[in-house]
Amino acid sequence: MFKDYFIIPWKEIKQRRVRSWLTLLGIVIGIAAIVSLITLGQGLQNAIEGQFSALGNDKLFISAKGSSLTPGLSVDAVKITQKDVDVIKSVLGVKQVAAMSYTTARIEYNNNIRYFFIMGMPTEPAEMDLLNSAQNYKISSGRNLQKGDKYKAVLGYAYTKSILFEKDIGLNSKIIIQDQEFRVAGFLERIGSPPDDQSILIPFDTYSELFKTGDQVGLIVVQTQEGENINGVAEKITKELGHERRLKEGKEDFTVQTPEQLASSFSTILDIVQVVLIGIAGISLLVGGVGIMNTMFTSVLERTKEIGILKAVGAQNKHIMFLFLVESGLYGFGGGLIGVILGIGTAKLVGIAFAYAVGPAFLVIKINVLFVLGTLFFSFIIGCISGIAPARRASKLNPVESLRYE
Amino acid sequence: MTTKTLLELKEVWKTYHMGELSIDVLRGINLQIFANEFVVILGPSGSGKSTLMNMVGVLDVPSKGKIFLDGIDLSHLDESAIAKIRGKKIGFVFQQFNLISTLTALENVILPTIFQNVPEEERMTRATKLLELVGLSDRLHHKPMELSGGQQQRVAIARALVNDPDVILADEPTGNLDSHAGKQVMDMLSTLHEKENKTIILVTHDSDLVKHSTKTVYIHDGEIVKVVYNKNNQKKITRN
Repeated sequence: MFKDYFIIPWKEIKQRRVRSWLTLLGIVIGIAAIVSLITLGQGLQNAIEGQFSALGNDKLFISAKGSSLTPGLSVDAVKITQKDVDVIKSVLGVKQVAAMSYTTARIEYNNNIRYFFIMGMPTEPAEMDLLNSAQNYKISSGRNLQKGDKYKAVLGYAYTKSILFEKDIGLNSKIIIQDQEFRVAGFLERIGSPPDDQSILIPFDTYSELFKTGDQVGLIVVQTQEGENINGVAEKITKELGHERRLKEGKEDFTVQTPEQLASSFSTILDIVQVVLIGIAGISLLVGGVGIMNTMFTSVLERTKEIGILKAVGAQNKHIMFLFLVESGLYGFGGGLIGVILGIGTAKLVGIAFAYAVGPAFLVIKINVLFVLGTLFFSFIIGCISGIAPARRASKLNPVESLRYE
Repeated sequence: MTTKTLLELKEVWKTYHMGELSIDVLRGINLQIFANEFVVILGPSGSGKSTLMNMVGVLDVPSKGKIFLDGIDLSHLDESAIAKIRGKKIGFVFQQFNLISTLTALENVILPTIFQNVPEEERMTRATKLLELVGLSDRLHHKPMELSGGQQQRVAIARALVNDPDVILADEPTGNLDSHAGKQVMDMLSTLHEKENKTIILVTHDSDLVKHSTKTVYIHDGEIVKVVYNKNNQKKITRN
């Protein structure tokens, strides 16, 4: 039955080829923009979740409140120190604790001076393992830092390319960190995100000496015992540490975070950005809808006589209305179909470009079938809604006057 | 002997208002159409014959008066009910053919059946048969643009017949045709009247067509001036 009401609109659309394409254009652009933005946003989300899920469900991160886990902050008003590390070590349910520091430092090589993220890492094997696994750092050539190293450094994958210093760095090369000579002991495998691939690791004690941070630490990573509830352990740590730092409950100046919490804070920011962008894209969809409405009004006018004929052969007002709604719905659907293909294609291309230029871990583009079907349905509905006013006008035409229309 | 009254117009008026001006196009029309008649409504241009046809075909509503179709008072029905009845009981043939240009001959003939919810297979059968009847079985998939005037009008006739209506309403059906095609169409209508027992109502200004009728209604200035019965063409009146 639906098929019957499909033939007349379909033939009508085919007949007015150029006009039909122009009408579709608005919807195509709107849908393509929305689909690509959502897909890219989801891709970022996927990447973030992937990174955090790799951490496993047994890691906690303790840092001073107000310091985001991003590089660049070397002086915090609140200090987390080795004393805090010792307190945490004694909390029930804690298997392993490791502390590190981080900042941006002046790096000189090949007569180029640039600033990069540098990390002071413990050389105790168990602690080093914990931190490396938490950040997915693996050695690809040379060796990792070890006890006894003083002015040795491990560099990220990016330094093996000549982009950063106009010359690639090799094993045992000399680089100058904060005016101190270091020798490269090893390189890390490619991670896929620029901050990680541009990291430089030096021994913790050397870091303290170089940056004069004493026994201060930047970040504490905790591994919980097998079978322990991670939130439970987090609570215990919060209590013990708060007590030791003589802080009232609820007034902690540090944060204890699970990977889940870290991921969700990223997600929230991402969501807000996405909503704004999609809102903007939505405007073009509105314009597209208006375009369909305009075409339909013109169509009704041009087919006044035809509507009179349809009524003469027995079409009721509702039939006429339905015919025009189907036509506008088809415009919406057609625009949506092309828009979806374009949008996904764009997202995929951006994903490939990013993987090539920046790193493969940055965007993980996946196609969600349900989302595609939902979008197609949504565009069809937009088309129908845009067509309501013209369709009503068509249905209310007087058959006699319509037949007389030239 | 009783004859079935198919259509009845009682004191029908139609007034058009243009700003402050009102024009009475139909003035107190009283008309009865019986089953199996071939009625010709004859009048000059401006006589109101087209408006009368619109009333008879229930395409328009009277300003005053009542219209009965098959005994049903149409003034109490809503638009969709009227449309349904119109689609089922009345078949139109227009002077300008009025076929849908984006559809083929077959699709044009099938069109009225869609609005009456006729099952798909039956639609095809009826339409094909009717196009055969009017001699166009080799033009089923041609668009109106690819057909001559006479052929288009024959498609229109097939379309008018597809829901097996009680009445065929023809408004100057030969007006846009040459004499040969025109004769073909009139012969077809006569055959439908004689062999298929259809009731034909034909509106025209051409007095030449009167010879086909069983009854001629003369209209002038919105009023029926006389009704003439043509004994020669009267068929056997059947008891209902």
